[in-house]
Amino acid sequence: MSITRRDVEHIAELSRLALTEEEVSLYTEQLKKILHYVEKLSSVDTRDIEPTTYTIPLQRRRRRDEVSPSLPPEEALKNAPERDKDCFKVPRIIE
Amino acid sequence: MDVVELNGWELAEKLKGGEITSRALTEAYLERIDAIDGRLRAYITVCREEALRQADEADRRLREKEGITPLTGMPVALKDIFSTKGIKTTCGSRILEGYIPPFDATVVERLKGAGAVIIGKLNMDEFAMGSSTENSAFFPTLNPWDPGRVPGGSSGGSAAAVSSAECVLSIGTDTGGSIRQPAALCGVVGLKPTYGLVSRYGMIAFASSLDQAGPIARCVRDCAITLTLIAGRDPKDSTSLHAPVHEYESHLDGNIKGMKIGIPEEYFIEGLHPEVEKAVGESIRVLEGLGAECVEVSLPHTEYAVSVYYLVATSEASSNLARYDGVKYGLRVDEGGGLLDMYKLTRDRGFGAEVKRRIMLGTYSLSAGYYEAYYRKASQVRTLMKRDFEEAFRMCDVILTPTSPTPAFRLGERLSDPLTMYLSDIFTISCNLAGIPGISVPCGFTEEGLPLGLQFLGRFLDEISILKVAHAYEEATEWHKKRPPLGKLLGEG
Repeated sequence: MSITRRDVEHIAELSRLALTEEEVSLYTEQLKKILHYVEKLSSVDTRDIEPTTYTIPLQRRRRRDEVSPSLPPEEALKNAPERDKDCFKVPRIIE
Repeated sequence: MDVVELNGWELAEKLKGGEITSRALTEAYLERIDAIDGRLRAYITVCREEALRQADEADRRLREKEGITPLTGMPVALKDIFSTKGIKTTCGSRILEGYIPPFDATVVERLKGAGAVIIGKLNMDEFAMGSSTENSAFFPTLNPWDPGRVPGGSSGGSAAAVSSAECVLSIGTDTGGSIRQPAALCGVVGLKPTYGLVSRYGMIAFASSLDQAGPIARCVRDCAITLTLIAGRDPKDSTSLHAPVHEYESHLDGNIKGMKIGIPEEYFIEGLHPEVEKAVGESIRVLEGLGAECVEVSLPHTEYAVSVYYLVATSEASSNLARYDGVKYGLRVDEGGGLLDMYKLTRDRGFGAEVKRRIMLGTYSLSAGYYEAYYRKASQVRTLMKRDFEEAFRMCDVILTPTSPTPAFRLGERLSDPLTMYLSDIFTISCNLAGIPGISVPCGFTEEGLPLGLQFLGRFLDEISILKVAHAYEEATEWHKKRPPLGKLLGEG
Protein backbone atom coordinates (compact mmCIF):
# COMPACT_ATOMS: atom_id res chain seq x y z
CA MET A 1 0.00 0.00 0.00
CA SER A 2 1.99 2.98 -1.21
CA ILE A 3 0.56 6.45 -0.77
CA THR A 4 0.13 8.54 -3.93
CA ARG A 5 -0.04 12.24 -4.63
CA ARG A 6 -3.77 11.86 -5.19
CA ASP A 7 -4.18 10.22 -1.77
CA VAL A 8 -2.36 13.13 -0.17
CA GLU A 9 -4.60 15.65 -1.92
CA HIS A 10 -7.64 13.70 -0.74
CA ILE A 11 -6.40 13.56 2.88
CA ALA A 12 -5.60 17.27 2.77
CA GLU A 13 -9.20 17.90 1.72
CA LEU A 14 -10.51 15.71 4.58
CA SER A 15 -8.12 17.49 6.98
CA ARG A 16 -9.26 20.92 5.76
CA LEU A 17 -5.74 21.96 4.85
CA ALA A 18 -5.06 24.16 1.81
CA LEU A 19 -1.68 22.62 0.98
CA THR A 20 0.60 24.20 -1.61
CA GLU A 21 1.95 22.11 -4.50
CA GLU A 22 5.33 21.88 -2.76
CA GLU A 23 3.70 20.69 0.46
CA VAL A 24 1.82 17.97 -1.41
CA SER A 25 5.09 16.72 -2.93
CA LEU A 26 6.96 16.85 0.38
CA TYR A 27 4.21 15.09 2.36
CA THR A 28 3.80 12.39 -0.32
CA GLU A 29 7.48 11.50 0.04
CA GLN A 30 7.59 11.74 3.85
CA LEU A 31 4.34 9.85 4.44
CA LYS A 32 5.53 7.15 2.05
CA LYS A 33 8.61 6.62 4.25
CA ILE A 34 6.66 6.67 7.51
CA LEU A 35 4.00 4.27 6.20
CA HIS A 36 6.72 1.97 4.94
CA TYR A 37 8.20 1.94 8.45
CA VAL A 38 4.88 1.15 10.16
CA GLU A 39 4.23 -1.68 7.67
CA LYS A 40 6.12 -3.90 10.13
CA LEU A 41 2.92 -4.08 12.19
CA SER A 42 1.38 -6.34 9.56
CA SER A 43 3.73 -9.14 10.64
CA VAL A 44 2.22 -9.21 14.16
CA ASP A 45 -0.43 -11.86 14.73
CA THR A 46 -3.42 -10.01 16.19
CA ARG A 47 -6.15 -12.58 15.62
CA ASP A 48 -8.73 -12.42 18.44
CA ILE A 49 -6.88 -9.52 20.10
CA GLU A 50 -9.16 -6.75 21.31
CA PRO A 51 -7.90 -3.26 20.48
CA THR A 52 -6.90 -0.96 23.37
CA THR A 53 -8.19 2.57 22.88
CA TYR A 54 -7.87 3.62 26.53
CA THR A 55 -5.71 1.99 29.20
CA ILE A 56 -8.28 2.62 31.90
CA PRO A 57 -11.85 1.37 32.06
CA LEU A 58 -14.09 4.15 30.81
CA GLN A 59 -17.44 4.30 32.51
CA ARG A 60 -20.41 6.13 31.24
CA ARG A 61 -21.55 8.10 34.20
CA ARG A 62 -24.80 9.95 34.41
CA ARG A 63 -25.11 13.16 36.26
CA ARG A 64 -28.13 15.07 37.41
CA ASP A 65 -29.46 17.52 34.87
CA GLU A 66 -28.86 20.56 37.01
CA VAL A 67 -27.91 24.06 36.04
CA SER A 68 -24.35 24.81 37.16
CA PRO A 69 -22.17 27.89 36.68
CA SER A 70 -20.67 28.21 33.20
CA LEU A 71 -18.69 30.75 31.23
CA PRO A 72 -20.66 34.00 30.73
CA PRO A 73 -21.22 34.84 27.00
CA GLU A 74 -18.93 37.86 27.19
CA GLU A 75 -16.03 35.70 28.39
CA ALA A 76 -16.75 32.93 25.90
CA LEU A 77 -16.77 35.40 23.00
CA LYS A 78 -13.71 37.37 24.07
CA ASN A 79 -11.33 35.38 21.87
CA ALA A 80 -13.56 35.31 18.79
CA PRO A 81 -11.84 36.49 15.59
CA GLU A 82 -15.17 38.08 14.65
CA ARG A 83 -18.46 38.39 16.48
CA ASP A 84 -21.92 39.82 16.06
CA LYS A 85 -23.69 40.59 19.35
CA ASP A 86 -23.70 37.28 21.28
CA CYS A 87 -22.73 35.13 18.30
CA PHE A 88 -19.52 33.96 16.61
CA LYS A 89 -19.52 35.40 13.11
CA VAL A 90 -18.37 33.26 10.16
CA PRO A 91 -18.15 33.99 6.42
CA ARG A 92 -21.45 33.76 4.57
CA ILE A 93 -22.52 30.16 3.90
CA ILE A 94 -25.76 30.65 1.94
CA GLU A 95 -25.77 33.12 -0.94
CA MET B 1 25.70 27.92 45.32
CA ASP B 2 23.28 30.62 44.25
CA VAL B 3 19.95 30.48 46.12
CA VAL B 4 18.04 29.88 42.87
CA GLU B 5 19.94 26.63 42.36
CA LEU B 6 18.72 25.05 45.60
CA ASN B 7 16.14 22.28 45.51
CA GLY B 8 12.49 23.07 46.19
CA TRP B 9 12.32 21.22 49.50
CA GLU B 10 15.36 23.18 50.73
CA LEU B 11 13.78 26.47 49.69
CA ALA B 12 10.50 25.45 51.36
CA GLU B 13 12.32 25.22 54.69
CA LYS B 14 13.86 28.66 54.19
CA LEU B 15 10.49 30.17 53.28
CA LYS B 16 8.74 28.54 56.22
CA GLY B 17 11.47 29.60 58.64
CA GLY B 18 11.32 33.19 57.39
CA GLU B 19 14.93 33.04 56.17
CA ILE B 20 13.87 34.27 52.76
CA THR B 21 10.66 35.77 51.40
CA SER B 22 8.81 34.56 48.34
CA ARG B 23 9.19 38.05 46.86
CA ALA B 24 12.97 37.96 47.20
CA LEU B 25 13.07 34.45 45.78
CA THR B 26 10.80 35.36 42.86
CA GLU B 27 12.96 38.42 42.14
CA ALA B 28 16.05 36.22 42.18
CA TYR B 29 14.54 33.90 39.56
CA LEU B 30 13.41 36.88 37.47
CA GLU B 31 17.01 38.13 37.58
CA ARG B 32 18.29 34.75 36.42
CA ILE B 33 15.77 34.84 33.56
CA ASP B 34 16.86 38.38 32.64
CA ALA B 35 20.49 37.28 32.65
CA ILE B 36 20.28 34.19 30.45
CA ASP B 37 16.92 33.75 28.79
CA GLY B 38 17.64 36.17 25.95
CA ARG B 39 19.97 33.44 24.70
CA LEU B 40 18.51 30.23 26.21
CA ARG B 41 14.90 31.08 25.25
CA ALA B 42 13.12 28.66 27.55
CA TYR B 43 10.25 31.10 28.20
CA ILE B 44 7.55 32.18 25.79
CA THR B 45 5.96 34.43 28.43
CA VAL B 46 7.39 35.72 31.72
CA CYS B 47 4.61 36.73 34.14
CA ARG B 48 6.58 39.38 36.02
CA GLU B 49 3.90 41.50 37.73
CA GLU B 50 1.49 38.65 38.24
CA ALA B 51 4.26 36.53 39.83
CA LEU B 52 5.31 39.28 42.24
CA ARG B 53 1.70 39.83 43.25
CA GLN B 54 1.32 36.08 43.92
CA ALA B 55 4.63 36.11 45.83
CA ASP B 56 3.35 38.87 48.14
CA GLU B 57 0.20 36.89 48.76
CA ALA B 58 2.32 33.79 49.51
CA ASP B 59 4.42 35.82 51.94
CA ARG B 60 1.24 36.85 53.74
CA ARG B 61 0.16 33.19 53.95
CA LEU B 62 3.58 32.20 55.26
CA ARG B 63 3.55 34.99 57.87
CA GLU B 64 0.04 34.18 59.03
CA LYS B 65 0.66 30.40 58.79
CA GLU B 66 -2.44 30.04 56.64
CA GLY B 67 -2.69 26.81 54.61
CA ILE B 68 1.03 26.44 53.98
CA THR B 69 2.08 23.67 51.57
CA PRO B 70 5.59 22.71 50.42
CA LEU B 71 4.98 24.83 47.30
CA THR B 72 3.76 27.98 49.05
CA GLY B 73 5.81 30.88 47.74
CA MET B 74 7.68 28.71 45.25
CA PRO B 75 8.30 30.09 41.72
CA VAL B 76 7.00 27.42 39.37
CA ALA B 77 6.77 27.60 35.56
CA LEU B 78 4.37 25.88 33.18
CA LYS B 79 4.72 24.39 29.74
CA ASP B 80 2.69 26.71 27.50
CA ILE B 81 0.17 23.90 26.93
CA PHE B 82 -1.67 24.65 30.21
CA SER B 83 -4.52 27.14 30.02
CA THR B 84 -3.90 30.09 32.32
CA LYS B 85 -6.68 32.54 33.02
CA GLY B 86 -5.80 35.97 31.65
CA ILE B 87 -2.34 34.87 30.46
CA LYS B 88 -1.58 34.22 26.79
CA THR B 89 -1.42 30.48 26.04
CA THR B 90 0.10 29.47 22.69
CA CYS B 91 0.78 25.71 22.77
CA GLY B 92 3.80 26.70 20.67
CA SER B 93 1.52 27.45 17.70
CA ARG B 94 0.59 30.40 15.50
CA ILE B 95 -2.96 29.08 15.25
CA LEU B 96 -3.59 30.17 18.85
CA GLU B 97 -2.36 33.68 18.10
CA GLY B 98 -3.81 36.16 20.57
CA TYR B 99 -5.58 33.49 22.61
CA ILE B 100 -6.10 34.38 26.26
CA PRO B 101 -7.87 31.58 28.13
CA PRO B 102 -10.87 32.59 30.24
CA PHE B 103 -10.13 29.78 32.72
CA ASP B 104 -7.30 27.93 34.50
CA ALA B 105 -6.38 24.29 33.85
CA THR B 106 -7.05 22.10 36.90
CA VAL B 107 -3.29 21.64 37.40
CA VAL B 108 -2.86 25.43 37.46
CA GLU B 109 -5.79 25.86 39.84
CA ARG B 110 -4.24 23.30 42.22
CA LEU B 111 -0.79 24.90 42.07
CA LYS B 112 -2.29 28.32 42.79
CA GLY B 113 -4.36 26.82 45.60
CA ALA B 114 -1.15 25.41 47.10
CA GLY B 115 0.33 28.91 47.06
CA ALA B 116 2.80 28.41 44.20
CA VAL B 117 3.94 31.47 42.23
CA ILE B 118 3.39 31.07 38.48
CA ILE B 119 6.46 32.75 37.04
CA GLY B 120 5.91 32.05 33.34
CA LYS B 121 5.01 29.87 30.38
CA LEU B 122 7.61 27.68 28.73
CA ASN B 123 8.55 26.90 25.16
CA MET B 124 7.59 23.61 23.54
CA ASP B 125 7.22 21.83 20.22
CA GLU B 126 4.00 23.00 18.58
CA PHE B 127 1.08 21.05 20.12
CA ALA B 128 3.71 18.92 21.92
CA MET B 129 4.62 17.28 18.62
CA GLY B 130 8.36 16.83 18.58
CA SER B 131 11.43 15.69 20.46
CA SER B 132 13.66 18.77 20.26
CA THR B 133 11.51 21.91 20.82
CA GLU B 134 12.62 22.99 17.33
CA ASN B 135 8.99 22.66 16.19
CA SER B 136 7.99 25.66 18.32
CA ALA B 137 6.39 28.22 15.98
CA PHE B 138 8.36 30.96 17.75
CA PHE B 139 11.99 29.95 18.37
CA PRO B 140 14.07 26.95 19.43
CA THR B 141 15.26 26.60 23.04
CA LEU B 142 18.94 25.77 23.63
CA ASN B 143 20.36 23.07 25.85
CA PRO B 144 21.91 24.73 28.95
CA TRP B 145 24.80 22.22 28.91
CA ASP B 146 25.73 23.00 25.30
CA PRO B 147 24.04 25.86 23.41
CA GLY B 148 24.71 24.09 20.10
CA ARG B 149 22.37 21.28 21.07
CA VAL B 150 18.63 20.76 21.58
CA PRO B 151 17.11 20.48 25.06
CA GLY B 152 14.90 17.59 23.89
CA GLY B 153 11.15 17.86 23.62
CA SER B 154 8.41 18.44 23.55
CA SER B 155 8.73 19.93 27.08
CA GLY B 156 12.18 21.33 26.16
CA GLY B 157 11.54 24.76 27.67
CA SER B 158 10.37 23.10 30.90
CA ALA B 159 13.52 20.99 31.24
CA ALA B 160 15.95 23.76 30.19
CA ALA B 161 14.39 26.26 32.63
CA VAL B 162 14.73 23.85 35.57
CA SER B 163 18.25 22.82 34.60
CA SER B 164 19.47 26.44 34.36
CA ALA B 165 17.59 27.49 37.52
CA GLU B 166 15.15 29.88 35.82
CA CYS B 167 12.47 28.38 38.12
CA VAL B 168 12.38 25.92 41.03
CA LEU B 169 10.45 23.34 39.07
CA SER B 170 8.11 23.16 36.13
CA ILE B 171 5.13 21.21 34.91
CA GLY B 172 5.40 19.50 31.55
CA THR B 173 3.29 17.01 29.62
CA ASP B 174 4.24 13.62 28.28
CA THR B 175 2.46 11.87 25.39
CA GLY B 176 5.36 9.69 24.22
CA GLY B 177 8.26 10.82 26.40
CA SER B 178 7.92 14.60 26.34
CA ILE B 179 8.71 14.98 30.06
CA ARG B 180 11.29 12.20 30.47
CA GLN B 181 13.35 12.68 27.30
CA PRO B 182 14.04 16.43 27.76
CA ALA B 183 14.66 15.81 31.49
CA ALA B 184 17.33 13.27 30.50
CA LEU B 185 18.88 15.56 27.89
CA CYS B 186 19.01 18.50 30.32
CA GLY B 187 20.23 16.57 33.39
CA VAL B 188 17.11 16.93 35.57
CA VAL B 189 14.36 14.66 36.94
CA GLY B 190 11.09 14.21 35.04
CA LEU B 191 8.05 12.20 36.14
CA LYS B 192 5.19 10.97 33.96
CA PRO B 193 2.45 9.73 36.28
CA THR B 194 -0.01 6.92 35.52
CA TYR B 195 -2.55 7.88 32.85
CA GLY B 196 -5.52 9.50 34.59
CA LEU B 197 -3.77 10.36 37.87
CA VAL B 198 -3.40 14.06 37.03
CA SER B 199 -6.34 15.91 35.46
CA ARG B 200 -6.08 16.84 31.78
CA TYR B 201 -8.73 19.57 32.08
CA GLY B 202 -7.38 22.76 30.51
CA MET B 203 -4.30 21.01 29.17
CA ILE B 204 -4.47 21.50 25.41
CA ALA B 205 -5.09 18.06 23.87
CA PHE B 206 -2.69 16.25 21.56
CA ALA B 207 -3.51 12.52 21.95
CA SER B 208 -6.16 12.10 24.61
CA SER B 209 -5.49 8.45 25.50
CA LEU B 210 -1.78 9.15 26.06
CA ASP B 211 -1.39 12.75 27.33
CA GLN B 212 -0.42 13.14 30.98
CA ALA B 213 0.97 16.07 32.99
CA GLY B 214 3.82 15.76 35.46
CA PRO B 215 6.62 17.61 37.25
CA ILE B 216 10.19 18.34 36.12
CA ALA B 217 12.56 19.22 38.99
CA ARG B 218 16.19 19.15 40.10
CA CYS B 219 15.60 16.22 42.48
CA VAL B 220 13.23 13.28 42.98
CA ARG B 221 11.88 14.65 46.25
CA ASP B 222 10.56 17.79 44.52
CA CYS B 223 8.77 15.63 41.94
CA ALA B 224 7.18 13.55 44.72
CA ILE B 225 6.02 16.63 46.61
CA THR B 226 4.57 18.24 43.49
CA LEU B 227 2.75 15.09 42.40
CA THR B 228 0.89 14.90 45.71
CA LEU B 229 -0.32 18.46 45.19
CA ILE B 230 -1.44 18.18 41.54
CA ALA B 231 -2.81 14.59 41.43
CA GLY B 232 -6.32 13.39 42.13
CA ARG B 233 -9.80 12.98 40.76
CA ASP B 234 -11.26 15.89 38.83
CA PRO B 235 -14.93 15.78 37.79
CA LYS B 236 -14.04 18.03 34.82
CA ASP B 237 -11.95 15.23 33.25
CA SER B 238 -13.95 12.07 32.49
CA THR B 239 -10.71 10.02 32.25
CA SER B 240 -9.51 11.17 35.67
CA LEU B 241 -9.11 8.18 38.01
CA HIS B 242 -10.84 7.60 41.31
CA ALA B 243 -7.52 6.61 42.85
CA PRO B 244 -5.90 7.43 46.17
CA VAL B 245 -3.25 10.17 46.13
CA HIS B 246 -0.32 9.31 48.38
CA GLU B 247 2.11 11.33 50.44
CA TYR B 248 4.77 10.14 48.01
CA GLU B 249 7.55 12.01 49.81
CA SER B 250 7.09 9.95 52.98
CA HIS B 251 8.11 6.79 51.07
CA LEU B 252 11.53 8.13 50.07
CA ASP B 253 13.56 6.33 52.71
CA GLY B 254 16.46 5.17 50.53
CA ASN B 255 15.77 1.53 51.36
CA ILE B 256 15.48 -0.65 48.26
CA LYS B 257 16.87 -3.85 49.73
CA GLY B 258 15.26 -6.82 48.02
CA MET B 259 13.51 -4.68 45.42
CA LYS B 260 13.39 -6.50 42.09
CA ILE B 261 14.51 -4.45 39.11
CA GLY B 262 13.70 -5.82 35.67
CA ILE B 263 16.12 -5.17 32.81
CA PRO B 264 14.42 -5.68 29.42
CA GLU B 265 16.86 -7.05 26.84
CA GLU B 266 14.92 -5.36 24.03
CA TYR B 267 16.09 -1.95 25.25
CA PHE B 268 19.78 -2.66 24.83
CA ILE B 269 19.84 -2.56 21.07
CA GLU B 270 22.03 -1.58 18.20
CA GLY B 271 21.99 2.20 17.90
CA LEU B 272 22.21 2.68 21.65
CA HIS B 273 24.97 5.24 22.19
CA PRO B 274 28.00 3.54 23.86
CA GLU B 275 28.24 6.19 26.57
CA VAL B 276 24.54 5.73 27.39
CA GLU B 277 25.03 1.98 27.58
CA LYS B 278 28.05 2.38 29.87
CA ALA B 279 26.29 4.82 32.23
CA VAL B 280 23.21 2.60 32.48
CA GLY B 281 25.40 -0.45 33.12
CA GLU B 282 27.15 1.37 35.95
CA SER B 283 23.86 2.46 37.48
CA ILE B 284 22.74 -1.18 37.59
CA ARG B 285 25.80 -1.91 39.73
CA VAL B 286 24.99 1.04 42.01
CA LEU B 287 21.46 -0.31 42.53
CA GLU B 288 22.78 -3.82 43.23
CA GLY B 289 25.16 -2.27 45.73
CA LEU B 290 22.11 -0.84 47.49
CA GLY B 291 20.64 -4.33 47.83
CA ALA B 292 18.30 -4.39 44.84
CA GLU B 293 18.07 -7.55 42.80
CA CYS B 294 18.33 -7.16 39.03
CA VAL B 295 16.49 -9.69 36.87
CA GLU B 296 16.18 -10.08 33.12
CA VAL B 297 12.72 -9.48 31.72
CA SER B 298 11.35 -9.41 28.20
CA LEU B 299 9.06 -6.91 26.48
CA PRO B 300 8.82 -8.68 23.12
CA HIS B 301 6.68 -6.10 21.31
CA THR B 302 9.05 -3.20 21.99
CA GLU B 303 10.16 -3.02 18.35
CA TYR B 304 6.61 -2.07 17.33
CA ALA B 305 6.27 0.77 19.84
CA VAL B 306 7.20 3.62 17.49
CA SER B 307 4.85 2.34 14.76
CA VAL B 308 1.93 1.88 17.16
CA TYR B 309 2.55 5.26 18.71
CA TYR B 310 2.74 7.23 15.47
CA LEU B 311 -0.55 5.72 14.26
CA VAL B 312 -2.47 6.01 17.55
CA ALA B 313 -1.18 9.46 18.53
CA THR B 314 -1.64 11.00 15.08
CA SER B 315 -5.14 9.54 14.72
CA GLU B 316 -6.18 11.07 18.01
CA ALA B 317 -4.45 14.33 17.09
CA SER B 318 -6.21 14.60 13.74
CA SER B 319 -9.50 14.50 15.61
CA ASN B 320 -8.44 16.76 18.51
CA LEU B 321 -7.01 19.44 16.23
CA ALA B 322 -10.19 19.67 14.15
CA ARG B 323 -11.32 22.32 16.63
CA TYR B 324 -8.89 24.91 15.22
CA ASP B 325 -11.10 26.34 12.53
CA GLY B 326 -10.76 30.10 12.88
CA VAL B 327 -14.22 30.52 14.43
CA LYS B 328 -14.07 30.61 18.22
CA TYR B 329 -10.51 31.70 19.04
CA GLY B 330 -7.06 32.16 17.59
CA LEU B 331 -6.02 32.88 14.04
CA ARG B 332 -8.43 33.40 11.16
CA VAL B 333 -7.27 33.75 7.54
CA ASP B 334 -10.18 34.84 5.36
CA GLU B 335 -9.56 35.83 1.75
CA GLY B 336 -13.24 36.09 0.84
CA GLY B 337 -13.60 32.57 -0.60
CA GLY B 338 -16.30 31.44 1.81
CA LEU B 339 -16.41 29.32 4.95
CA LEU B 340 -14.65 26.19 3.71
CA ASP B 341 -11.88 28.26 2.18
CA MET B 342 -11.48 30.14 5.46
CA TYR B 343 -11.06 26.85 7.37
CA LYS B 344 -8.46 25.54 4.97
CA LEU B 345 -6.41 28.73 4.77
CA THR B 346 -6.51 29.25 8.54
CA ARG B 347 -5.29 25.72 9.18
CA ASP B 348 -2.65 25.76 6.47
CA ARG B 349 -1.15 29.06 7.66
CA GLY B 350 -1.71 28.45 11.38
CA PHE B 351 -0.16 24.99 11.74
CA GLY B 352 3.52 24.24 11.28
CA ALA B 353 4.98 21.48 9.10
CA GLU B 354 5.15 18.74 11.74
CA VAL B 355 1.61 19.35 12.95
CA LYS B 356 0.25 19.20 9.40
CA ARG B 357 2.25 16.03 8.75
CA ARG B 358 0.72 14.37 11.80
CA ILE B 359 -2.82 15.53 11.03
CA MET B 360 -2.41 14.04 7.55
CA LEU B 361 -1.01 10.74 8.84
CA GLY B 362 -3.77 10.46 11.45
CA THR B 363 -6.52 11.33 8.97
CA TYR B 364 -5.12 8.72 6.59
CA SER B 365 -4.94 5.98 9.22
CA LEU B 366 -8.55 6.65 10.27
CA SER B 367 -9.94 6.99 6.74
CA ALA B 368 -12.19 4.50 5.00
CA GLY B 369 -10.21 1.59 3.59
CA TYR B 370 -7.17 2.13 5.80
CA TYR B 371 -8.68 2.10 9.28
CA GLU B 372 -8.39 -1.69 9.73
CA ALA B 373 -4.79 -1.88 8.53
CA TYR B 374 -3.55 1.12 10.47
CA TYR B 375 -5.49 2.50 13.44
CA ARG B 376 -7.19 -0.75 14.44
CA LYS B 377 -4.10 -2.87 13.90
CA ALA B 378 -2.02 -0.44 15.98
CA SER B 379 -4.61 -0.52 18.78
CA GLN B 380 -4.46 -4.32 18.80
CA VAL B 381 -0.67 -4.35 19.04
CA ARG B 382 -1.08 -1.82 21.83
CA THR B 383 -3.01 -4.51 23.74
CA LEU B 384 -0.07 -6.89 23.28
CA MET B 385 2.36 -4.25 24.54
CA LYS B 386 0.24 -3.70 27.62
CA ARG B 387 0.25 -7.46 28.25
CA ASP B 388 4.05 -7.52 27.88
CA PHE B 389 4.28 -5.15 30.84
CA GLU B 390 1.79 -7.14 32.90
CA GLU B 391 3.89 -10.26 32.30
CA ALA B 392 7.18 -8.49 33.08
CA PHE B 393 5.82 -7.02 36.31
CA ARG B 394 5.15 -10.54 37.60
CA MET B 395 8.94 -10.89 37.75
CA CYS B 396 9.93 -7.46 39.08
CA ASP B 397 8.79 -4.35 40.96
CA VAL B 398 10.18 -1.76 38.55
CA ILE B 399 11.75 -1.84 35.09
CA LEU B 400 15.00 -0.03 34.31
CA THR B 401 15.93 1.29 30.85
CA PRO B 402 17.89 4.15 29.30
CA THR B 403 15.60 7.19 28.85
CA SER B 404 16.96 8.18 25.45
CA PRO B 405 19.17 6.19 23.06
CA THR B 406 21.55 9.16 22.64
CA PRO B 407 22.58 12.31 24.52
CA ALA B 408 21.32 15.70 23.28
CA PHE B 409 21.71 16.03 19.51
CA ARG B 410 22.74 19.13 17.58
CA LEU B 411 20.21 21.79 16.59
CA GLY B 412 18.94 21.11 13.09
CA GLU B 413 20.46 17.62 12.96
CA ARG B 414 17.19 15.67 12.73
CA LEU B 415 14.84 18.35 11.39
CA SER B 416 14.73 17.24 7.78
CA ASP B 417 14.10 13.58 8.63
CA PRO B 418 10.87 13.08 10.62
CA LEU B 419 11.39 9.34 11.05
CA THR B 420 14.82 9.70 12.70
CA MET B 421 13.29 12.32 15.00
CA TYR B 422 10.48 9.88 15.89
CA LEU B 423 13.06 7.24 16.85
CA SER B 424 14.39 9.58 19.60
CA ASP B 425 11.37 8.46 21.63
CA ILE B 426 11.93 4.74 21.21
CA PHE B 427 12.46 4.02 24.95
CA THR B 428 9.79 6.32 26.36
CA ILE B 429 6.78 5.58 24.13
CA SER B 430 5.76 2.14 25.49
CA CYS B 431 5.06 3.59 28.93
CA ASN B 432 2.37 5.92 27.51
CA LEU B 433 0.82 3.19 25.36
CA ALA B 434 0.49 0.99 28.47
CA GLY B 435 -0.68 3.89 30.68
CA ILE B 436 1.93 3.15 33.38
CA PRO B 437 4.15 5.65 35.26
CA GLY B 438 7.78 6.45 34.38
CA ILE B 439 10.56 8.65 35.71
CA SER B 440 13.92 9.80 34.33
CA VAL B 441 16.84 10.64 36.64
CA PRO B 442 20.36 11.86 35.79
CA CYS B 443 22.81 8.93 35.58
CA GLY B 444 26.03 10.40 34.26
CA PHE B 445 27.68 12.55 31.61
CA THR B 446 29.36 11.93 28.29
CA GLU B 447 33.04 12.81 27.90
CA GLU B 448 31.89 16.05 26.28
CA GLY B 449 29.87 16.87 29.40
CA LEU B 450 26.35 16.12 28.15
CA PRO B 451 23.93 14.70 30.74
CA LEU B 452 22.44 11.21 30.45
CA GLY B 453 19.21 9.81 31.87
CA LEU B 454 18.06 6.57 33.45
CA GLN B 455 14.39 5.57 33.27
CA PHE B 456 12.34 3.57 35.76
CA LEU B 457 8.90 2.27 34.77
CA GLY B 458 6.37 1.10 37.33
CA ARG B 459 3.14 -0.84 37.60
CA PHE B 460 -0.16 0.94 36.98
CA LEU B 461 -0.58 3.50 39.81
CA ASP B 462 2.65 2.41 41.54
CA GLU B 463 4.35 5.80 41.56
CA ILE B 464 5.70 4.95 45.01
CA SER B 465 8.10 2.24 43.77
CA ILE B 466 9.62 4.28 40.94
CA LEU B 467 10.01 7.37 43.12
CA LYS B 468 11.57 5.24 45.84
CA VAL B 469 14.14 3.57 43.61
CA ALA B 470 14.89 6.81 41.73
CA HIS B 471 15.44 8.59 45.04
CA ALA B 472 17.66 5.81 46.43
CA TYR B 473 19.75 5.93 43.25
CA GLU B 474 19.97 9.73 43.48
CA GLU B 475 21.10 9.58 47.11
CA ALA B 476 23.87 7.15 46.15
CA THR B 477 25.18 9.30 43.28
CA GLU B 478 26.26 12.89 42.69
CA TRP B 479 24.97 13.46 39.14
CA HIS B 480 21.92 15.49 40.15
CA LYS B 481 24.11 17.96 42.04
CA LYS B 482 25.90 19.15 38.90
CA ARG B 483 24.70 22.40 37.39
CA PRO B 484 25.25 23.49 33.78
CA PRO B 485 27.99 26.05 33.04
CA LEU B 486 25.99 29.18 32.26
CA GLY B 487 28.92 31.27 31.03
CA LYS B 488 28.07 30.72 27.38
CA LEU B 489 24.51 31.95 27.93
CA LEU B 490 25.45 35.19 29.71
CA GLY B 491 25.87 38.63 28.25
CA GLU B 492 23.94 38.22 25.03
CA GLY B 493 20.52 38.98 26.52
